[in-house]
Amino acid sequence: MFRSIVMVKQVPDTANISGSVMKEDGTVNRSKLPAIFNNEDRVALEFALQVKDKFGGTVTAITMGPQRASDILRECLYMGADSVYLISDRKFAGADTLATSYVLSEAIKKTGEYDLVFAGRQAIDGDTAQVGPQTAEKLNLPQVTYVEEILEMTDTHAKIRRKIDGGYEIVKAKFPFLLTVLKDAAEPRPFSAKRVMAYKGAKSLMDLEKLTEGNSLLYTDTLRHEYEEKNLFIPTLTMDELKLDADRCGIKGSPTKVHKVDSVILGGGNHIMVEPTREGLEKLIDQLLADHIFG
Amino acid sequence: MPNYFTDNSDIQFHFKNFDSEQVREVISLFEENYTESLHYNFAPVSFEDAMENYRAVLEVVGDLSANFIEPRAAGVDELGAVFVDGKVSYAEGTKKNLQQLAQADLMGMILPRKYGGLNFPFFIYMVAVEMVSRADASLMNLFGLQDIADTIRKFGGEELAEEFLPKFSTGEFTGAMALTEPDAGSDLQAVKLSAYQNEKGEWFLRGVKRFITNGNGEVLLVLARSESGSKDGRGLSLFVCYGDETVKVRRIEHKLGIHGSPTCELQFNDTPCKLVGTRRMGLIKYVLDLMFRARAGVSAQALGISQAAYEEALKYAKEREQFGKPIINLPVVANILMDMRVTLESNRSLLYSTAIMVDLKEKLEEVIENLKKEGKPFAETNARLKNVTRLANLLTPMAKYIVTEASNKITYDALQIHGGTGYMREFKVERLARDARITNIYEGTSQLQIVAAASGVFSDVLVDFIAKKEAKSYDSGLTRLQNFLKDIRIIFNECVKYVLDKKDPVFQDVAAKDLVELYSYLYVGYLLLDEAEKDSRKRFIANRFIINSLSHAKRNAESIKDELFSDILHSHEILI
Repeated sequence: MFRSIVMVKQVPDTANISGSVMKEDGTVNRSKLPAIFNNEDRVALEFALQVKDKFGGTVTAITMGPQRASDILRECLYMGADSVYLISDRKFAGADTLATSYVLSEAIKKTGEYDLVFAGRQAIDGDTAQVGPQTAEKLNLPQVTYVEEILEMTDTHAKIRRKIDGGYEIVKAKFPFLLTVLKDAAEPRPFSAKRVMAYKGAKSLMDLEKLTEGNSLLYTDTLRHEYEEKNLFIPTLTMDELKLDADRCGIKGSPTKVHKVDSVILGGGNHIMVEPTREGLEKLIDQLLADHIFG
Repeated sequence: MPNYFTDNSDIQFHFKNFDSEQVREVISLFEENYTESLHYNFAPVSFEDAMENYRAVLEVVGDLSANFIEPRAAGVDELGAVFVDGKVSYAEGTKKNLQQLAQADLMGMILPRKYGGLNFPFFIYMVAVEMVSRADASLMNLFGLQDIADTIRKFGGEELAEEFLPKFSTGEFTGAMALTEPDAGSDLQAVKLSAYQNEKGEWFLRGVKRFITNGNGEVLLVLARSESGSKDGRGLSLFVCYGDETVKVRRIEHKLGIHGSPTCELQFNDTPCKLVGTRRMGLIKYVLDLMFRARAGVSAQALGISQAAYEEALKYAKEREQFGKPIINLPVVANILMDMRVTLESNRSLLYSTAIMVDLKEKLEEVIENLKKEGKPFAETNARLKNVTRLANLLTPMAKYIVTEASNKITYDALQIHGGTGYMREFKVERLARDARITNIYEGTSQLQIVAAASGVFSDVLVDFIAKKEAKSYDSGLTRLQNFLKDIRIIFNECVKYVLDKKDPVFQDVAAKDLVELYSYLYVGYLLLDEAEKDSRKRFIANRFIINSLSHAKRNAESIKDELFSDILHSHEILI
């Protein structure tokens, strides 16, 4: 029986980018982009669900994000997560990886004891691959990154294959620990029809606030009570609830400053014909060394 | 990410218009007072919630179909199911497809919740079958076999349902319907496979079945001769058995299409089995009942293939340049595509309305059963059921005939639009043409569908439907089309009278094809006319369909009245 926590993120669909998505300060204008479930996080969830299928236990998914991030939490429920948390507060906006991992680690502590924390290797918007490792540090957990497969699990430890340059290594980790998984490590399962029907109406506090906006007949607290009764409330953690240090959250807690964003276009320049002979290859290698591509 | 549900504007149109009185009635019969929501967190609490459920689940099917099943379909076709050392195994892609469909809880869509199913109406299931077939027609032969489980429930009683259904729902069991034999194809009355009892009264099966789709399945529904010495359909009963070691797969067929679906020859060697329902009712009641859904299922398969073929042709016509422009800009090509599209949409209207009628029939039957049990009067419901059954009896074979023949035409045209390229194995369209070819053969050939539909045509079961539509006032643009349909009605009446007056059963048999077609023009024409009232684009569809129908109707009428078929009596002189 393992209690797993999966960190998931809603990301802009970078495959479908249209104009005006970058703000002047160099951060992303998320409202201009269609939002999707970060692929590697979905794989992380699949990993956690497979652990549950084999060994029993529970899977909890958490995400930090704005109101609409509850979309992917519902998707987590559709895939099989037992519970989900939305961590959301206007004061979290503009967070870099340091501020994000601070909030996430505090939220994970708040949800109780755990054996495993899963995350995707990286998100397709920032591509930093830092949030997983930083969260592990703040939770004082061992971390195994670039995971391809869990080979073995006992009550005390797991044997894991992780990718390294030019191959793989097999490591043993003691519970609790954090792992980040690669895109091809597992194929996420489809949504379960029954769970889709059961949880399609699940709502976070922010979703409910949005419902009550401009409708004086509705009260968030009453709605919340109703949704809790129906088991359709997505627990929502704010900065106050987590008792966080405001200076370490959001843009305030983020030392990363984007100086400038340039759109780099890789122009196709001249190309050189390499003869498929020994001399030809030698010439190519010399050229690559001269250009500091090799060496 | 593409999605075969949300991206298909015509399915979306229908889904939006499922809010009809008839659909509301069907759903309220499926979800009696929505009481199951007390026990199942996924059961709906209202009509709106039920529709939301269907929408959400069809979206899952649309996603699975477009992004997982379709990309594997070429590989499934290439490898096919194989037979090694007496064992059948599915292609890798098929295995993966079945696993994902099971993970998504989609293998028991139409089964009651207490057996692990979703309790969906049949017409919603048909939308799912269509999308799965669009992705991979051969997968329909596995996904589309949920009726087998439902037949066990419907006629076999609680005990058999509890034994078999839950594992159908989880996908652990797939089924097969073992009807056909070497000498009993279209003529199922000739079935020989024998069912016998030992002294304890337990049943066993002995004999051979042929052309059994998924005959390697875990559960087989077998039509067998339980009354030794009997010769016709009244000596046949229905049995259910496991596909255990006593059921030997002798071979699988090498087919033109649907390679992913294994077609088996089975030998039953004293296979233990259980009787489903009552003796002697196998063919005359249970199989005939199963046929309503099986025929609609194959029509949905054909419709899915048609959709896929149309999409391929449209895409190719937009990309392929000849004479300095994309070929879609050539009027002759655009015209073929428009015919394909109009046929596709009219087929969908016919199929969905047929499926809703089948739902209504099944549910009214249940209502009457319950009224009988409670000792309440049921004459009124029974009168309605009779009417609905007559309609379903006409519509299911008519839909199967029209939709599956159309699928062959649409895939043929799609290949034609591709030119020489379409003839090559690299392009998907040749697979679609091969896959479509079986749909107007199995579950009853087109010729049998015509026979099945003919009695409803001759007795004019749509008389009230048509009268109501003729009396309805459409807006001025549509009145013209309504008048054309009224013309077709006159032509139809004249033809029926002409044929009946001849009192010649041979002539009647041959002319039936033209009459069934004529009747379908009327039914579908009015469906499209009603759709055109709701959506201005649909006016184009109704327009082309109805004008085309009128010209076909005239031709059908001429061939009948000009005695085209009189020479049938001389067939032995012509066919040398």
